[in-house]
Amino acid sequence: MKVIKHTFDGVIIGAGGAGLRAAIEAGPHMNLAVISKLYPTRSHTGAAQGGMSAALANVEEDNWNWHAFDTVKGSDYLADQPAVDILCKEAIDSVVELEHWGLPFSRLDSGKIAQRRFGGHTVREGEAPAFRACYAADRTGHMILQTLYQKCVSMGVTFFDEFQVLDIKIDEGICQGVVAYEISTGDIHIFESRAVMFATGGFGKMYKVSSNAHSLTGDGPGMLFQKGLPLEDMEFYQFHPTGIYKLGILLSEAARGEGGILRNKNGERFMERYAPSIKDLAPRDMVSRAIATEIREGNGAGPKNDYVLLDLTHLGEEVIMEKLPDITDFVRTYVKIEPITDPIPVQPTAHYAMGGIPTNVNGEVFTDEKGSVLEGVYAAGEAACVSVHGANRLGTNSLLDIVVFGRRAGKSMVDYVSRTSRIQISENSAEDVVNKITALLEKEHNEEYSVAKIRESMQESMNSNAQIFRTEESLSKQTKILEDLRNRSKKVTVSDKGKVFNTELIDAIELENLLDMAEATVASALERKESRGAHTREDYPERDDVNFLKHSFATKDGSGKIKVKYKNVELGKYTPMERKY
Amino acid sequence: MELEIRILRYNIETGNKSRWDIFQVEALPDDRILDVLQEIKSHKDGSLAFRKSCAHGVCGSDAMIINGKNELACQVLVKEVSNPIKIEPIRGLPVVKDLIVDMNDFFESYKKVLPYLISEESTGDRERLQSPQELERIEDTTKCILCAACTTSCPVFWTSDSFIGPASLVNAHRFIFDSRDQGSKQRLEILKDVNGAFRCRTAFNCTSACPRGISVTKAIEEIKKEIVLNS
Repeated sequence: MKVIKHTFDGVIIGAGGAGLRAAIEAGPHMNLAVISKLYPTRSHTGAAQGGMSAALANVEEDNWNWHAFDTVKGSDYLADQPAVDILCKEAIDSVVELEHWGLPFSRLDSGKIAQRRFGGHTVREGEAPAFRACYAADRTGHMILQTLYQKCVSMGVTFFDEFQVLDIKIDEGICQGVVAYEISTGDIHIFESRAVMFATGGFGKMYKVSSNAHSLTGDGPGMLFQKGLPLEDMEFYQFHPTGIYKLGILLSEAARGEGGILRNKNGERFMERYAPSIKDLAPRDMVSRAIATEIREGNGAGPKNDYVLLDLTHLGEEVIMEKLPDITDFVRTYVKIEPITDPIPVQPTAHYAMGGIPTNVNGEVFTDEKGSVLEGVYAAGEAACVSVHGANRLGTNSLLDIVVFGRRAGKSMVDYVSRTSRIQISENSAEDVVNKITALLEKEHNEEYSVAKIRESMQESMNSNAQIFRTEESLSKQTKILEDLRNRSKKVTVSDKGKVFNTELIDAIELENLLDMAEATVASALERKESRGAHTREDYPERDDVNFLKHSFATKDGSGKIKVKYKNVELGKYTPMERKY
Repeated sequence: MELEIRILRYNIETGNKSRWDIFQVEALPDDRILDVLQEIKSHKDGSLAFRKSCAHGVCGSDAMIINGKNELACQVLVKEVSNPIKIEPIRGLPVVKDLIVDMNDFFESYKKVLPYLISEESTGDRERLQSPQELERIEDTTKCILCAACTTSCPVFWTSDSFIGPASLVNAHRFIFDSRDQGSKQRLEILKDVNGAFRCRTAFNCTSACPRGISVTKAIEEIKKEIVLNS
């Protein structure tokens, strides 16, 4: 196997919003490389639809403190409040900066950036829904990704496209670089680099029905977890209320922000019962739980009573085509329904990981629940957990998270590189990766241990046992299933033995990461004996601030056993109270 | 429903002549072509190579020729195409393996049009103003996802890969007509070139190939006009 060595000061893994924003910050100050398993413009930031919140006050009075209040309340008080303050305060400059770089935001007649309503965002701490989400029709993520990539092109950032990073080298607690596999050739590349940032996105592909891209397999968190490093708040996984029935394709919350209504089989606007004041614009955890409850109680629509209806018909053609053109297209393409005249069948879809690689507000990665920092390693975006989303993220705050904390992580890389000198990566640094790939290529293929079979079992069982509603029983059952799948995955084989675009080999590696994500999720969920945000334990239906106003830190030891420890939430001006909307 | 899927296979690694492989696949009428390819890869032939990511037409990974037409595999449902279904890699870029082509030249050509906002204007600490009408001027071309479906459907591009191609022109349009941009002069100079906008022969293939519904040919015509007006 050919091994090629490169030397950089900093390496960013992942070229979605967080990675590209960090690259813009760090690029001018160091010899930097961005490594992505996709072409950067394929990253899943591009699929985000509805908007990015910032208290610009372009439509009505607003201030970032109200945004912070909503974010903390939305998080079910698990978010770290100092971090939330940073997110909401820096939101304003972040949006303006994107506009300056050319982002084509939708505009008000005054020429200012347009803002729309979104779930859980209110004025004056819950008084009424707020016009806070800045948007570009319903393709805001696409525009953010394009704009950041364009900026990188203008700056001449160095990209390694379609390279899969397989290993990070850490020696005596200090980062030395990463080892990657070039997908188009099968060559191995060593990137000697003292600063490494993970911006690898989420891991929704551990579930069967998901809004996530095929590529979202938890590669960054997986790599660190396999090295014994912790993952934070993994039990908090967001189900977006409105995925297209069966397919899980996202239909933006902007649909409800613009006035769309959820109805059950009787045509009832059921959210009036669950969130009397803001109704369909309640936070996602509540709306998803409400939908799941309606379906359980037999109020679901359709022949199997297993979905609800998203009704946009009263909005009129003009609003739908101007504000929600893309999701209208998706519905026409995939379900052959005309949203202007007919309601759309929807069900909750696995969407967003609140948890991930634990970091501080500067993107520095923690090695334990006590706050020790791993030298030279950074993370931001969905792969990371700062935590600004706590137990439930508000819509629009993820696009904000990637630019605010992407920038901060990039800045930290610059600081680190300027105060340290070059390191030498160990001579044999590619050995583990070479051995792993060689073993997979040499092992005779056995259909019984194919990647797809194991992956399908994982996705189906996670959907049944670790979804919106959870119990001791369902989670214990899932623990056993995952144990069995893990044993099978150790014997995984691939039929493709080639070097060029051996995507089956990549699938095998991604599967390992996904299994890690699933195990950490289930283990953390089993330990959290309360219900908070997106984590609903039917056997512990109440929130328990005495015992669980804490972040979980899951680690895996050499034998594969997962241990969960806890870290106190950093509170601030908002005292936890009952969450009503 | 039972489908017969014919896929044009090739692997640069072996260098053997390309061949048609035939797979019998059980699918639901609402399945996407991408689901069918995934089913083949998962359970029939793990070596089948294709790119995929978002699976709903916004990332631009999976442009390919389906029954003779450039499409995104994730945007076509099996019930919409006649069986047997013929799948080939997009044309005009070098095939690397099966449905995967080398995209490097495509992205290099994109970079030639200076695809970023050029402005010397001091911006201050708030957003620049842009009216909804000014935005509308470019909104269509901002939708481009760089999937290459347009460029690889262009008969001019097939015969001359030095042609900058529709996708690059779409991205040039997005900035040339942006009220905030000041780089049109430079871009128009580049697009005046013999391999620029005027190589377009208005075949309209690009417009019908675009999975985002962009009026590609119209955008190219607007660039041509702008070049004439500015020269």
